Amino acid sequence: MEEIAVRFDHVSMEFPGVLANDDISLSIRKGEVFALVGENGAGKSTLMHLLYGMHTPTNGEIWVKGERLTEYSPKAAIQRGIGMVHQHFMLVPSFSVAQNVVMSKEPRKFKLFYDWKAAEEKTRALSQEYGLSVDPSAIVGELSVGLQQRVEILKALYRGAELLILDEPTAVLTPQETTELFSVIRRVVREKGMTVILITHKLYEVKAISDRVGIMRKGRLIAVKDTASVTERELASLMVGRPVLYEELERSGQPGEIRLAAKDLTVYDNRGLTAVKKLSLSLRAGEILGIAAIEGNGQSELLEALTGLRSCASGSIGICGQQAANCTPGEIRAMGLAHIPEDRLATGVSKDASVAENLLVGRHKAPEFRGALGYQKQSSIARYAEGLFEKFDIRGAGIAVSAGSLSGGNLQKVVVARECSFDTPVLIISQPTRGVDVGAIEFIHKQIMDKRNEGTAILLCSADLDEVFRLSDRIITLYEGEITGEFTPNTIEKEELGYYMTGNRRKEAGAHEAITH
Amino acid sequence: MHDLLSRIFSAATLNETLRTATPVALAAIGGAMTEHAGIMNIGMDGMILMGAFFGAYGSFLLGGGWLGLGLAVAIGILVGLLFALFVVKLKADEFIIGCALNTFAIGLTGFLSDSVFGYNGGKGMAALPKLRLSFLDHIPFLGKGLQGLSVLFYITLLLVLVLWLFVYRTPYGLHLRAAGEKPETLRTAGISPEKMKWIASILCGITCAIAGVYLSLGDLEGNFAKNMSNSRGYVAFACVIFGSANPAKAYLAALMFGFFGALGTCLQAYISPDLTAAIPYIITIIMMVYVVLRSQRRRRLSHRKEQVA
Repeated sequence: MEEIAVRFDHVSMEFPGVLANDDISLSIRKGEVFALVGENGAGKSTLMHLLYGMHTPTNGEIWVKGERLTEYSPKAAIQRGIGMVHQHFMLVPSFSVAQNVVMSKEPRKFKLFYDWKAAEEKTRALSQEYGLSVDPSAIVGELSVGLQQRVEILKALYRGAELLILDEPTAVLTPQETTELFSVIRRVVREKGMTVILITHKLYEVKAISDRVGIMRKGRLIAVKDTASVTERELASLMVGRPVLYEELERSGQPGEIRLAAKDLTVYDNRGLTAVKKLSLSLRAGEILGIAAIEGNGQSELLEALTGLRSCASGSIGICGQQAANCTPGEIRAMGLAHIPEDRLATGVSKDASVAENLLVGRHKAPEFRGALGYQKQSSIARYAEGLFEKFDIRGAGIAVSAGSLSGGNLQKVVVARECSFDTPVLIISQPTRGVDVGAIEFIHKQIMDKRNEGTAILLCSADLDEVFRLSDRIITLYEGEITGEFTPNTIEKEELGYYMTGNRRKEAGAHEAITH
Repeated sequence: MHDLLSRIFSAATLNETLRTATPVALAAIGGAMTEHAGIMNIGMDGMILMGAFFGAYGSFLLGGGWLGLGLAVAIGILVGLLFALFVVKLKADEFIIGCALNTFAIGLTGFLSDSVFGYNGGKGMAALPKLRLSFLDHIPFLGKGLQGLSVLFYITLLLVLVLWLFVYRTPYGLHLRAAGEKPETLRTAGISPEKMKWIASILCGITCAIAGVYLSLGDLEGNFAKNMSNSRGYVAFACVIFGSANPAKAYLAALMFGFFGALGTCLQAYISPDLTAAIPYIITIIMMVYVVLRSQRRRRLSHRKEQVA
């Protein structure tokens, strides 16, 4: 007879206009690792927020260790031994590790004063006990993301958590950090008898770490399975509601002439510091060059310089044989470059403009859309936008609604549809599927591969290594604005790539030259 | 020239510095609380003005300086609650509410002053005592500089210490700072960040009220003049920023402001008083420019440190 740690009993949660959780009944066993998977917006995080007391369910009850929750607040949840590591860390950057860990249960001197010595002592003891080594006096804002996550876990443990909820914990981690995190999870489960609920949408992680898996779709719990009894492909199908064919994408054609070439490019970041250091690369027609780098290593600045959004301090950029360094974005687009930017909300779309306008922008001056006195021909615009809307399988309330009303995945499809529609010789793509669900990822990847096969030169930058591996013909690793190695996807393992992404340089002679040709 | 220097570095200048700095310092340490709680509080000037009027009115009505202080503090708490009601509870824009509070205070105290004291303002209310400490007579220079200061000067020093301990040495101070820097962190720890913001607003209301009372009953002999806060709330805000919201540093910043105010008085014999009166405000602008440059440099330094590590 297994002990039940948490039981959801017909739980529903309704936000104005959205049924985020629909009649969910689920039991989590004590001492298991339970993975919760689902597309974006499936209601995984909402369900866990209910358990952590951040919202009160509209209907139904939650039972923790056989007791019904009567009060929904983080405080009550903490008292019942529930800890949560949020997707966006709940840490105060200017505080020390110890201050963050002990927050709300601070050790005191004379009942009134904060006892920092005891706080650091306790934090140190805890970090040794669980093998989560981190300096208690370090300032959190100066720590790497992986270490910050450790602080979050320590915080939950300090508060006496017996059940730990991890909300997409690996989204920000390198492969090495993910491996470390998983070994910590295994350890707390085995040695301390803890229960772990893991929210993720990376299916191989489900297979790697969990005992059971719950699949959510559109607010409903579709199925609960023993992890050992399902394959990744079956999970993907359950998540999306139809078979997902993670097939090898078809590649055809040979790389052609050089379309994009950067030489000794140096770019500064917003603070005036060198973000890209004398970097050289070249990109040929009909190939995808992937950039693998941990965020903040100059990849954003590099792409901004190539697309004219940021000035270059020195070096040259050639696009289809034309000098493009320090040209305006408009001039660069005219040379034959389209760009899918990394942050679709900030630079990819205008949220308040309609879907049609967002699909059109960039070709709005074309004669077929233009009438007398600059009047825009609404009917031909609508026809054009409808075409793209259908071709790219964008799902939403039509082309007339504001772009901001679309879900993240469909909004991304709008950006992809527009930029692909220019049919430019060069396409620069950044984070094409960030925060996008499995079904849309599949579709977008197919579009990118089709472009490659048509002979477009594609530069791809993504924080998702799987994506870089799946799409790229060549991969370069970037660390602190310098290329640390060049590889082909079938000759290197992901873990090994992580090694180069953290600053280790490829030793073999000629590796660097290979990039510059 | 020698004459001018001896005039600047005199016990009288020290005395004047401390007297000018005290109301600004009082408001600034309260502003440090709201600043830590993540509220941009530009309503301090109105809070001071309310304190000045209700201190004078309380003294007039109840016949005692301390009673005046009591009424002003009570009203200060109410003003802090009102400010928090709009800013924290109703989530209105704090800048707008601050402006509104300042305008409201000018109107209300002006109207009430006319009604109660008549058009020439209030005079001759019972003031708060000024301390003449006999042991100070035996200390050269310093003794003379410190002699005869309002009892509120000493209360200010005490408050600076208490608030400094509160912010940096108690768990509540940690919560206050977390409420300003990352409120969600506090919420997920089971503590309401809104509660900390309410507390900060009330504390600010109290210290600003005392600052106002200092103007009407502390420094002057029981006197209220319309708009007597005279933009000290804005200078206090500058001191908060300059002192990184640290009560002790904000006090030092206020002292600097006080010194330049006193300097202006010394220079009156040489330059037009209209120009000398502008000195503290010019200093405030220079202070702000320095703050911006400092934060830019810090950002750069912290980045370098990351690169080394």
